[in-house]
Amino acid sequence: MSTTFWIIIAGAVATYLTRVGGHLVISRFDNVHPRVEAGLNAVPAAVLTTLVAPAALGAGPAEWAALIVAAAVSLRGGLMSMFLAGAAVLILARQFAG
Amino acid sequence: MSAEAISESNAKSDFWDGVRLSMPVVVASAPFALLFGAIAVDNGFSVLEAFLMSALIFGGASQMVGIELFGQHVAPWLIVLSIFAVNFRHVLYSAGLGRRIAHWPVVQQALGFFIMTDPQYAVSEARAQSGETVGFAWYLGLGLPVYVFWVIESALGAVFGKLIPDTHALGIDFLLPIYFLGLVMGFRKRPLWLPVVVASAVASTIAYKTVGSPWHVSIGAVAGVLLAVILPPHHSGVGERP
Repeated sequence: MSTTFWIIIAGAVATYLTRVGGHLVISRFDNVHPRVEAGLNAVPAAVLTTLVAPAALGAGPAEWAALIVAAAVSLRGGLMSMFLAGAAVLILARQFAG
Repeated sequence: MSAEAISESNAKSDFWDGVRLSMPVVVASAPFALLFGAIAVDNGFSVLEAFLMSALIFGGASQMVGIELFGQHVAPWLIVLSIFAVNFRHVLYSAGLGRRIAHWPVVQQALGFFIMTDPQYAVSEARAQSGETVGFAWYLGLGLPVYVFWVIESALGAVFGKLIPDTHALGIDFLLPIYFLGLVMGFRKRPLWLPVVVASAVASTIAYKTVGSPWHVSIGAVAGVLLAVILPPHHSGVGERP
């Protein structure tokens, strides 16, 4: 078996450990402390923000316009409509702003 | 209809509800799967290896990082460690999702964690928040199309990699941040949402500029979560237990 193959296998095992690890640790406790629960409730917004903020800051006017429009649409509409609106603005703005 | 038939038809409609919700993710991740396949072959992977990596790891950002390091002939253990580091945020997702799927049989849970990605976790969490059960059929409907398309498109990208047209003009490189912003906005009714988002945004940006990628993800996430832990429970909307 090639080195590449073993890198893939080891990477897959490491990745699966991250996917079950949090649950295996937390499920050992019978009672989840309120502060831990508050922390877990903050996880989605906290992690997903880190996938947006640096990308947004490093971007330009076209991307900013797309994000602003998408955010505005998301206040009223669903995920799909905000996504399509953002993508449309992005493609359009890039024709002009590059 | 017998009770069994009713529950089976419920599972079916739950599955298709999930499939419907998976569509934006399938669309947004398609370019990255194609791109991954193309880059993988460019960096010395065979088509089969690119396919295997997508099928077994199923984590876009970590695959890109792994491929990039592989192309630079970095030591294998360091490539694996980097894949682990990029995927480390899943530990937090896993702890959160575990609360929602604790009623599943263990084998289903094991499979559920295997296909857990950022949107998979976030959409499940949103469903749990709205008071609905996160069932296996629904979860599978949400995750399976993303997985199947991801793996197939990676292989396609590896075979036809050079054919992707101008990705910048099509906005492909920025589709995922838009989608992730939508997920963030979806949680805006949660207590402490704004402080958490601000803390994570500031911390991840500073970390991005100083420590560098991919650590900014874990550092930014921990900053937001810690803030929620530190603030007194009456702010976080989690009642003290009797």
